[in-house]
Amino acid sequence: MAKVLEQREHVTIRFAGDSGDGMQLTGTQFTHTAALLGNDIATFPDFPAEIRAPIGTLAGVSGFQVHFASEQVFTPGDAPDVLVAMNPAALRVNLKDLREGGALIINTQPFSNAKNLAQAGYAASPLEDGSLAAYRVYPVDITTMTLTAIADVGLNQRAATRCKNFFALGLVYWMFHRNLDHTVRWIEEKQRKRDPLVADANLKALKAGYHYGETAEVFTHHYVVNAAPIRPGLYRNITGNEALGLGLMAAAELSGLELFLGSYPITPASDVLHFLSQQKAYGVKTFQAEDEIAAICAAIGAAFAGGLAVTTTSGPGMALKAEAIGLALMMELPLVICNIQRGGPSTGLPTKTEQSDLLQGLFGRNGESPIPVVAAQSPSDCFWAAIEAARIALRHMTPVLLLSDGYIANGSEPWLVPQMSDLPRIARPFALPQEGAPFRPYARDEDLGRPWAVPGTPGLEHRLGGLEKQHETGAVSYDAANHELMVKLRAEKVARVARHVPPTEVAGAAAGELVFVSWGGTFGAVRAATHALTAAGRRVGHVHLRHLNPLPADLAARLEGFGRVVVPELNLGQLALLLRARLPAAVAARVESAPKVQGKPFKVGELVALAQSPAQSPSNMESPQ
Amino acid sequence: MSQNPLYPSLPPTDAAALTAKSFQTDQDVRWCPGCGDYSILAQVHKVLPSLGIPREDFVFVSGIGCSSRFPYYMNTYGLHTIHGRAPAVATGVKALRPELSVWLITGDGDALSIGGNHLIHLLRRNVDIKVLLFNNRIYGLTKGQYSPTSEQGKRTKSSPMGSIEEPFNPLALALGARASFVARSIDIEAKHLQDTLAAAAAHKGTALVEILQNCNIFNDGAFEGITDRKVKAERQVHLAAGQPALFGAERELGLVFDAERLSFRVARVAEVGLEAIYVHRPDNLVAAQLLAELSAPELPAAFGVLYERPRPTYEEQLAAQLDEARARVGGRPSMQALLEAGETWRV
Repeated sequence: MAKVLEQREHVTIRFAGDSGDGMQLTGTQFTHTAALLGNDIATFPDFPAEIRAPIGTLAGVSGFQVHFASEQVFTPGDAPDVLVAMNPAALRVNLKDLREGGALIINTQPFSNAKNLAQAGYAASPLEDGSLAAYRVYPVDITTMTLTAIADVGLNQRAATRCKNFFALGLVYWMFHRNLDHTVRWIEEKQRKRDPLVADANLKALKAGYHYGETAEVFTHHYVVNAAPIRPGLYRNITGNEALGLGLMAAAELSGLELFLGSYPITPASDVLHFLSQQKAYGVKTFQAEDEIAAICAAIGAAFAGGLAVTTTSGPGMALKAEAIGLALMMELPLVICNIQRGGPSTGLPTKTEQSDLLQGLFGRNGESPIPVVAAQSPSDCFWAAIEAARIALRHMTPVLLLSDGYIANGSEPWLVPQMSDLPRIARPFALPQEGAPFRPYARDEDLGRPWAVPGTPGLEHRLGGLEKQHETGAVSYDAANHELMVKLRAEKVARVARHVPPTEVAGAAAGELVFVSWGGTFGAVRAATHALTAAGRRVGHVHLRHLNPLPADLAARLEGFGRVVVPELNLGQLALLLRARLPAAVAARVESAPKVQGKPFKVGELVALAQSPAQSPSNMESPQ
Repeated sequence: MSQNPLYPSLPPTDAAALTAKSFQTDQDVRWCPGCGDYSILAQVHKVLPSLGIPREDFVFVSGIGCSSRFPYYMNTYGLHTIHGRAPAVATGVKALRPELSVWLITGDGDALSIGGNHLIHLLRRNVDIKVLLFNNRIYGLTKGQYSPTSEQGKRTKSSPMGSIEEPFNPLALALGARASFVARSIDIEAKHLQDTLAAAAAHKGTALVEILQNCNIFNDGAFEGITDRKVKAERQVHLAAGQPALFGAERELGLVFDAERLSFRVARVAEVGLEAIYVHRPDNLVAAQLLAELSAPELPAAFGVLYERPRPTYEEQLAAQLDEARARVGGRPSMQALLEAGETWRV
């Protein structure tokens, strides 16, 4: 039978199976192949909170979504076009996301087992009860065909069964007209030396899957997604947490400082600690502290000692660090605090994404305690956000909060690798002794930063602490007027960060019916929605904020020309609250909050719908089941 | 003495020219008149010039409490941090800059209550930091609540019917946390305190010195049962490495190890003979644990270096790992190579 090859602009695939089924590896392989073929891509891994949930259970389902296209990609895709379900639990968990009429590749073998069905909550096999009629179902006995294909390799039953993800990968490669070269090379280079038998088996399974697609009568169509127009250069795939680590290292190199990370393990921030602890050859010192408080306090000690000091955490850790952040801002030491946000409050949803720590970051301390706040907008942007946070910290001598979130931390995208030689240096504001003049640790420059005198420098011995300081001399002072002056100086220092913020860019229309104002990891979805709306002839703009504190000075002017100012956020409206408080009344009155708090990112469709009807927030659209 | 790695062009100052006065600041000392802290400050001022370390290489770090005002009275680099967290801050200083001489000033509330977690982990890691733990068995700065070293039954503002809590023994706790050096001294015993501080300074690793310190306002006479002139000869045993543990006005008493009861008991030297008296071996952990628990009036409290057993420090092992990582790849690699690591493709 002749097979039809059709062209598609973009496709979203989700691989889903048990935690032990190798879905992350499968997804990553597909992603790299798509990238090598020139597609633009975005991915979203979704793994269970439990480390080793029982096999076959709903809690143990692991998924990996990849969106690849012949055009620019901003998100991992709203709804998969293709779902690969390796067992009943994976089907149960993921089916609701598959778009209507989407392709459903099901590994049938576990569906013939009553226990597997029961674990997923199915009374009868969904393959037989007609419940999948809305989809194009491709039942494939992946397990059995894999075992048959690799029977002569000589793996035991358990190891052989584990090769079935390569069969599925081969099949999907055929379906989307990809060649096997990249994965074959990967197996030869990475797996061969570890276990030649497994390498042989995976190769056979991969090819068997591919040939099955080619020859079996089940599949009548396959699809091609051409290369996307992409800026030329050297690319790699990168996750947000890796990019964050690299950005911090780059900032250390650009400033000539030693990088010191004080951290305590917490999801989803731990990968930054893992990454940086592997970079000892670059002089990176990492300290796994006894708790969140010790982690930031050690970083404060390293900042005093003259390092580029960083602490990484997530929401609950931020709560614990609050007092120490106050100390750092009182001592006016440079420090980068990275909060990889997750669902809260309390322990909340550790593996799910949210943007609900914005106000905590701005205000969650005792006393008048402003710090600059910046946010990363995508996985690769974590690199640039980290450099910006370090630049502000060193220029203004202040702790800086860098907000990322679980969605961009674990998500990945292709990254045009920058040249270190192109990046502007960061000045190192170390003080030097001056003959005859007493050292004044709280004398200030035009940015209101104070001199950084590091131990070991003769003549600059001085004491810092959490008690209020006398203006300029830094001596302990309880004087009422001095206290008010210092409170105002610390506030003005943070406000002056805005002098260095570049002009606000408006994507889409410069004026019109509606402007989206967003921050952080929602960038991709909001930008994609803006493109969709403008393509449909709507006059819609998009402002995405890198700087949350202080806000850009020109923000109000950029928003003035729009009728509606819609603020989509993965919280109950924290930026909206801030904008209403800080923008001029005329603009503030137009602010509409569009909250969503489901532990999941926005879908592009949800945002497009906001432009249709002001009343429909994404929260109203998807009520909890 | 070491060159400042951040400013190789600045020569270190002459440590030999330092005197006690070099370490005094122009700040008014604000402890209550009669406070034991004055003596401790004076002894620290006296000991530092003898260490051969330039003034700019000292960093004094403290938490919160009366004792934690200490850095303001030291003309060195200093940090007056937040309650309980000084060990973590000091660890960051030392981990980044191993060449600095880092001293930590803390009290019984700061170190053992709010900062208990940080203290035990500092000791376990063996960061080369000198910890001076001022133990006055009371919260002084907050005006008189019982502390984690207050004795059971202690009546204070927050325990009007007497504290019902078992107190910590700071040295036993430190030994349990794998400290590599523990010692005990007394605020008013100037010479003994100086010698003990010098021994702590000479130890490479975390050195915990418990200093019994009198708070004459909120807990006056807390250690009278040990320090009073009339009883101190019988209630203090001063230990020195390789020396028999003798005490009493005529050194007529000694500690004898009772193998059957696995403990020390007091014996008259004349009765048991000098050879029966315990000869102090600071590298013996079990002996140190028993000595730390000795308490007056039944047994003399132990003073001096109870335990010292050097082992690699945190910061030198960290630095060694960095060196090893660089050696494995033949020197510090380029940042550009790291940016381009992994699977890449060209468009």
